[in-house]
Amino acid sequence: MLKTTPLNAAHRALGARMVDFGGWDMPVNYGSQIEEHRAVRSNAGMFDVSHMLAVDVHGAGARDFLRRALANDVDKLRDSGHALYSCMLNHAGGVIDDLIVYFFDETWFRLVLNAGRAEADLAWLVALAQAAPPDIQPRRDLALIAVQGPQARERVWQVLPEARAASAALMSFHGVQLDQLVLARTGYTGEDGFELMLPAAQAPALWQRLLACGVKPCGLGARDTLRLEAGMNLWGQDMDESVSPLDAGLAWTVDLASARDFVGKAALLARPQSRQLLGLVLTEAGGVLRSHQRLATAQGEGEVTSGTFSPTLNRSIALARLPLGVEPGAPVRVAVRDKQLAAQVVRPPFVRRGKILVNFD
Amino acid sequence: MKTPEQLKYTDTHEWALSEADGTLAVGITDHAQEVLGDIVFLELPQVGKRYAQGEACAVIESVKAASDINMPIAGVVVAVNDALVKAPEQVNTDAYAAWMFKIKPDQATDLVSLMDAAAYAGHAAK
Repeated sequence: MLKTTPLNAAHRALGARMVDFGGWDMPVNYGSQIEEHRAVRSNAGMFDVSHMLAVDVHGAGARDFLRRALANDVDKLRDSGHALYSCMLNHAGGVIDDLIVYFFDETWFRLVLNAGRAEADLAWLVALAQAAPPDIQPRRDLALIAVQGPQARERVWQVLPEARAASAALMSFHGVQLDQLVLARTGYTGEDGFELMLPAAQAPALWQRLLACGVKPCGLGARDTLRLEAGMNLWGQDMDESVSPLDAGLAWTVDLASARDFVGKAALLARPQSRQLLGLVLTEAGGVLRSHQRLATAQGEGEVTSGTFSPTLNRSIALARLPLGVEPGAPVRVAVRDKQLAAQVVRPPFVRRGKILVNFD
Repeated sequence: MKTPEQLKYTDTHEWALSEADGTLAVGITDHAQEVLGDIVFLELPQVGKRYAQGEACAVIESVKAASDINMPIAGVVVAVNDALVKAPEQVNTDAYAAWMFKIKPDQATDLVSLMDAAAYAGHAAK
């Protein structure tokens, strides 16, 4: 029996193609994934991401607990609503999950976890919390809708006019609580927009109102091509429990300089970076880059961790784990079926705010 | 899901149309294009090459996944649709207009091993 979000009936009414996504019955597209992708780059699209789990961490010890549990430092969060991207590591320095953590007040932080990792994450957090227990509350009562694209904020204000004043000046990676709604200027597409967290019962009506003012419903297919163009990692493909964040292009999220101790820190200090995550653009026709394809560089072998067809570049792109020393601009050969296709190393992101940011020959 | 009556179908979601000159035009079904999603790449077989029934002879890739296209019945490839390679999204627009290659069957009677529209519709609905 697949799990369903509060918007399941809405997806079916729209004729979505539904798939089993880690035990959840989710829309992969509502017709054309490429059209959905383009709507987000040029206008506004919305995604049901209610399969992700919001977890509230309450209590006087919440900050100290998260300073130990997360590889990024929640001490960077001082203004209410400020958010931070972080990995949560195991003791060996592998990535249990990547997440967004919001600070609301000294006794209330909120984590947003990947759907497929939610149960493992919760068990890990509860076990870690045993020494100095904050209150850890999974919020399955909430629905999450991401509205993304250059017109996304306007469309949200159109359906929630009362939110405009409180969120017009909201900076990137900041959220605000409005009664039962949390509205944050975050996303997974490389475009401007909001992510909305609201009581499940209110989600279908909000979805319909966004639909009525022209926001295109988008499935998990477009979500993947958008995040890959934006150069954002996906847990389970670009990193997992066996991969150090340093080898997954996430060193910028890990604070090794300060005196703060956190789970996995000792392991990261003992095991310096050995690989790097960079982008690839396929420069020769012959197929599409996909995860697990092997590739050859002048410095040795590498592997594609995520690959797809980029609707914005109109060619195949990928994230790949490469030997240290491979520089952007380097030519590589990727094994695609029985061929060795030419690709070029680039530094992600490929696309942000509708613009192509990579150069290739 | 459309399944035109005049076509024959394989259990691996190819369609085949008998042409007046005895050749067989081959493509993928409407159901297959729907499952694959947006098609972005097509690699067609070499003209003149012989394949056995069920043998992988072409590759189709959508944004989401790569898939083999199999020979509906044994034969020799006599033509490929190069225009489709340049515009593979036409497979999504009309899967039954988007023929991929034509074959000269080794034995025309092999066609009886393929499914008719009703049988395929039942197979694809599973």
